[in-house]
Amino acid sequence: MIASFRPVLAIFGSDLLNDTGTIALVLVVTISLVILLFVGQWLKRKPESHFDPAIVRTFNKRVSSWLTISLMLVLALLTNKVVTVVLFGLVSFWALREFITMTPTRRGDHRTLFWVFLGFTPAQYVLVAMDKYQLFTIVIPVYAMLFIPARIAFTSDHKRFLERTAKIQFGLLICVYALSHAAALLNLELVTYDFGTSAYVPWKGKPAGLLFFFVVIVQVSDMLHFVWDRLFGRHVIAATVNSTKTWEGLIGAACCTALVGILIQLLFPVTPFTWYGAGFMALIISAMASSGSMTMSAIKRDRGLNDYGTLVTGHAGVLDRIDSVCFAAPIFFHVTRLFLDANSGAYLN
Amino acid sequence: MKQIAVPFLAALAKVLSGATVRWVDCEPDTVQRVYFANHTSHLDALVLWSSLPKHIRAVTRPVAAADYWNGGPVRRYLASIFNALLIDRKMVKVRNTPIDIMIREIGFKDSLIVFPEGGRNLSGSLGEFKSGLFYLAKKRPDLELMPVYIDNLNRVMPKGEFLPVPLLSCITIGAPIWLESGEKKNEFLDRAREAVLRLKADCDNVA
Repeated sequence: MIASFRPVLAIFGSDLLNDTGTIALVLVVTISLVILLFVGQWLKRKPESHFDPAIVRTFNKRVSSWLTISLMLVLALLTNKVVTVVLFGLVSFWALREFITMTPTRRGDHRTLFWVFLGFTPAQYVLVAMDKYQLFTIVIPVYAMLFIPARIAFTSDHKRFLERTAKIQFGLLICVYALSHAAALLNLELVTYDFGTSAYVPWKGKPAGLLFFFVVIVQVSDMLHFVWDRLFGRHVIAATVNSTKTWEGLIGAACCTALVGILIQLLFPVTPFTWYGAGFMALIISAMASSGSMTMSAIKRDRGLNDYGTLVTGHAGVLDRIDSVCFAAPIFFHVTRLFLDANSGAYLN
Repeated sequence: MKQIAVPFLAALAKVLSGATVRWVDCEPDTVQRVYFANHTSHLDALVLWSSLPKHIRAVTRPVAAADYWNGGPVRRYLASIFNALLIDRKMVKVRNTPIDIMIREIGFKDSLIVFPEGGRNLSGSLGEFKSGLFYLAKKRPDLELMPVYIDNLNRVMPKGEFLPVPLLSCITIGAPIWLESGEKKNEFLDRAREAVLRLKADCDNVA
């Protein structure tokens, strides 16, 4: 059945998704999301529902945005790598817009912001698309981090200098640098551990499968965190930052996500990890995703907002959806590369 | 040429300014209207005009300062694209006042976009309104006067800058007001200013 999809893939001319495990995972995820979408609609219509309508609304919003993300990602991967990188670039651009719009900046920051938006942001993604690992990992943390304070210092406005610098740096780091690592997963040339020969051999799978695995695990972690908070949440982590996130949710979600990671790897081998490796990676992703949501909640509280979406009325709130992805992406990329990239050489030791 | 350039530039202005438009207690309509808005950026007129639905855009003309929009071929071209009604701020005559020009130009078909604060406001707060809006309402009491609040465009392109930073902005259009019979100039101008301030408060509440 899976094989019958291959001619369809050929139309698009990209072989990024041409991998049985990946196709199966994409289908399973899409079908489950569509089912969840119908469940959400059914819950909404129930007149005397004993579910909290606010929760149902959150659930529906989440499911529809996940479905959108998944479908856009699949379409981009079907086309080619550059389109996928551009897609992530546009998401970064939009998230950075939301972040800076929410953050008060001063007149003196205008030129700096111009370079951040139209210089560093596109440059980062061009470097990712060109697979310039040596450059895209340092352009923002070194060059942009130094450029931003220097450029602001060259204006005559020194009021709240460190604060303004830090805000712009943080926005660029989270929205652009961190997220670009998800797209950079497509660049990896991976090896996998062969139990038969007890040696590392080149991995036959597609990096697109790894990217899809990552996105799915983040979504699963978000959902499990929500469920655990609702069902078992007793000890709130930081009530002033986020009144719904609990320790039970954090730990429960991390453990369950690890199990889901193992399950995905056993059912659809889309990653070069061993089954326990996949579980460990899912655990890291979940912990980072939760940290990301907490951090963004803290920033929103500081600014007196509930959602980035309501910041400028009518916008969907991209930053609300990707905060967990942003925190998990660079760590996932680096740990994967450290252990399993053919060029990093770490596996030889 | 203009058929392609107009929708393209309008879309570009909307994308660059990330503008969302909210019609609060009113609907888009082609009846003759005067949109009066706060003024904080050169982009105000362009973005507000671009944010209107296409068929309304076709009958709406932003009133703009001739000295700025005639400066250089790019600005002149843009002004022609957006069908701007250019008013010379230095050549105000008693016989041929800007209000007379506006009324003559719009006839019984077009709508206008005006910025009654006169110049751009640096502080971000709303300045006092000039009397032009009052005389316009007095000579043409049938025009619907629509208050508009433009939020955040001053950060997209502040005064003195020529390159925009693509942040997000929001345009709120409120219910129309009219000149009441026997209403004094200052009363009316205060009421109009209040209408814009209410939209500002509405904007802040939503956020």
